[in-house]
Amino acid sequence: MNKENQFKFDWMILPLFAAVAVIVLWAIVSSIHGVALPSPLKTWEASKLYILEPFAKRGELDQGILRFTWYSLVLVVKGYALALIVGTPLGFLLGVSKLFTKSLDPLIQVLRPVSPLAWLPLGLILFQKSEPAAIFTIAICAMWPTVLNTAMGVRAIPQDYLNVARVLKLSRSRTLFKILIPAALPYMFTGFRLSLGIAWLVIVAAEMLTGAPGVGGFLWQEYNSLIYEHIILCILTIGVIGFVLDRLMSMVEQRFKTA
Amino acid sequence: MAFIEIKGAGKSYGGNTVLRDINLTIERGEFVAIVGYSGAGKTTLISMLAGLVTPDTGTVKMNDLEITDPGPDRSIVFQNYSLLPWMTVYENIHLAVDQVFPNWPAERKKQETEKYIAMVKLTPARDKKPGELSGGMRQRVSVARALAIDPQVLLLDEPLSALDALTRATLQDEIERIWSENKKTVVLITNDADEGILLADRIIPLSAGPGATLGPAITIDLPRPRDRKTVNHDSRYKAIRNHVLDYLLTTGARQKTVINRKLILPDIEPEDLSTSVRGWHFGRRPVRRNEIKSESVEVSS
Repeated sequence: MNKENQFKFDWMILPLFAAVAVIVLWAIVSSIHGVALPSPLKTWEASKLYILEPFAKRGELDQGILRFTWYSLVLVVKGYALALIVGTPLGFLLGVSKLFTKSLDPLIQVLRPVSPLAWLPLGLILFQKSEPAAIFTIAICAMWPTVLNTAMGVRAIPQDYLNVARVLKLSRSRTLFKILIPAALPYMFTGFRLSLGIAWLVIVAAEMLTGAPGVGGFLWQEYNSLIYEHIILCILTIGVIGFVLDRLMSMVEQRFKTA
Repeated sequence: MAFIEIKGAGKSYGGNTVLRDINLTIERGEFVAIVGYSGAGKTTLISMLAGLVTPDTGTVKMNDLEITDPGPDRSIVFQNYSLLPWMTVYENIHLAVDQVFPNWPAERKKQETEKYIAMVKLTPARDKKPGELSGGMRQRVSVARALAIDPQVLLLDEPLSALDALTRATLQDEIERIWSENKKTVVLITNDADEGILLADRIIPLSAGPGATLGPAITIDLPRPRDRKTVNHDSRYKAIRNHVLDYLLTTGARQKTVINRKLILPDIEPEDLSTSVRGWHFGRRPVRRNEIKSESVEVSS
């Protein structure tokens, strides 16, 4: 088998087999448990309209799946941007200053594991509106990987690079832009990628609780209207979009790889 | 007044004396080599000259001013090149030029950068990143960067020890050529006595650590340019070489340390095999406390 065929086999045929196997399993389980779990065929029948007209708007709660996704993404981008704007400088400060690390690290370790479901009500109280509350929740949950990875990246900068800065007597701002940021960039991007993954997880939870239009909101509404097929459609959409975001981010990461 | 003067300098890290009682004077334009064991504190010594490390005792002076900080008047070439991997060859050198001569017009900075790239014969690799270069090429970039800021002293910290023998020889010739063209003061740290003798005006052995100190300096009065092949048969070269190696080996031989090891000695009493122990030992019987004996062994470090 030549290399190209091997590649096709590894990356297309094997995953395809696995997908078919899972669908068959799904079909078998649904034939036993018909009421709770709709069969693959029924799911397709019920979701066809949403997939084939992905941007249609038939009503506030009846829109194409990509249109819902778009609403979610807009919110994610806002929250994510806020997370990066706050998280990156915070990470830098933590990486540079031991005092900062010692005083803030316990606090971060305590706040980090708090679930988005716990932050959202606080956001709703603070902002009184669902959209800023969702943005707040995304930002505060998605921030931590960026903070911690940036801090780690700054701490991991080899002494050699800092010696170069010392021998040349680079100014503080020049050291920051010419040495610290480029040297920490690979770590930072790992943080950015993990943060994006969390932001996408959080948006679904936030929409479910606030009922805002979006993939998560749609999912919850269809659960309440007992259209289980659409739940599966939403799950698959969320998964695919999450995967695409991660791929995009790792492409950017590759692009900025410095060492 | 000597150009560089180290008086009674010592340095220890956490109770371990690395260097003690270092005395050294270097004249302007001189090429001095310091040769010693790895781990003896050579890098600490050159870091003191660079100002990256401050001595615990004694003083390090240049032009009668105490060295307290690193600065571009003493540029250093590190063993591991210390190039910034996200910048091209040109950018690495340009950063240094731009920083040290901020008032030059852009065109002059560019010319100066190009000049030093050409000096180390890397013009074709101008826009490559360090990751795309061989070890020897990277070290040449590092030398070019060090020279481009027009330092008063060039400090070379084992610049060639990570390279293969052939590249090493070429770069040794290049260092000598650059030195004779620029007439900078050079301090070369090395673990290779031959390299030191071939390049330097004066070679000084550094005794083995801990608590290393400088031995007697030997002036190398071999005529320049020195040819690697002929110099090997020169009797003066051999004499200097033997002298340096003798010093290093005798100080090295004195460094013995005692370590304690726990040994498990065989049990000479017969075992009572009538009762078999079942359970957790899986065929190996547990080690008895009285079998663990302590013993001191002398090893040379």
